[in-house]
Amino acid sequence: MAVNIFNNKRLKNFTHIQSKLPYSKPFLFVDELHAVTENGIEGSYTFPADSFFYKGHFKDKPVTPGAILTEVMAQIGVVCLGIFLLNDSLTANTEIAMTSTQIDFYKPVFPTETVTVRSVKEYFRFNKLKCRVEMVNTSGELVCRGTISGMMKANNHA
Amino acid sequence: MQTNEELIITLKKIVKPYVQDEQAFENVTENTDFIKDLKVNSANLVDIVLDVEEAFDIEIDNASMERMLTVGAAIDIITEKLAAK
Repeated sequence: MAVNIFNNKRLKNFTHIQSKLPYSKPFLFVDELHAVTENGIEGSYTFPADSFFYKGHFKDKPVTPGAILTEVMAQIGVVCLGIFLLNDSLTANTEIAMTSTQIDFYKPVFPTETVTVRSVKEYFRFNKLKCRVEMVNTSGELVCRGTISGMMKANNHA
Repeated sequence: MQTNEELIITLKKIVKPYVQDEQAFENVTENTDFIKDLKVNSANLVDIVLDVEEAFDIEIDNASMERMLTVGAAIDIITEKLAAK
């Protein structure tokens, strides 16, 4: 995923995307979006030390669960990108569902760490958005990488 | 031009990896519904359509996609698109 997808047009302000995210604490995992184009997106999230999952994962030894890392990649890499791509056709009734993930994990992420997610669109057709997504830590080391797909359907009949 | 038999063979090859009900797949007919009978989910139905596009070098539009719920409908759509080429 070395291709620089962010050369085209940069947007400075992404609050219009973040404000449309259907999540809230403690399950909102998008702090900042850095760049978004038709073809991809980049954003980051910092894990607060008091995040709920550290209490049990693991006992007395907090490590960010892979399921949560996957969720961070899905929220930034697929849902935020999908919101951007759907643009005006997005409504409160838009249905969002993760439909498949295939992720390999390389490095652990500890409390207070910041991770950056980069996602490249493979396709967005018939309401299905499939992306190649990777996560790196602040040292630039690969944390995890894979593909995530979701359905994003603007349901105007609901 | 491929016969219906040949189309079904190609289509079955495409559908196979996404099928969750093997028994229904063995007894596939034109009336077999991808989602209800073969238990393919809607996301994988998209993959089937994209694989169909590639295999037959055709383009499936949104309206065709919405009709493409059964094996028979898929065969009809593929035949139509091939004829229009």
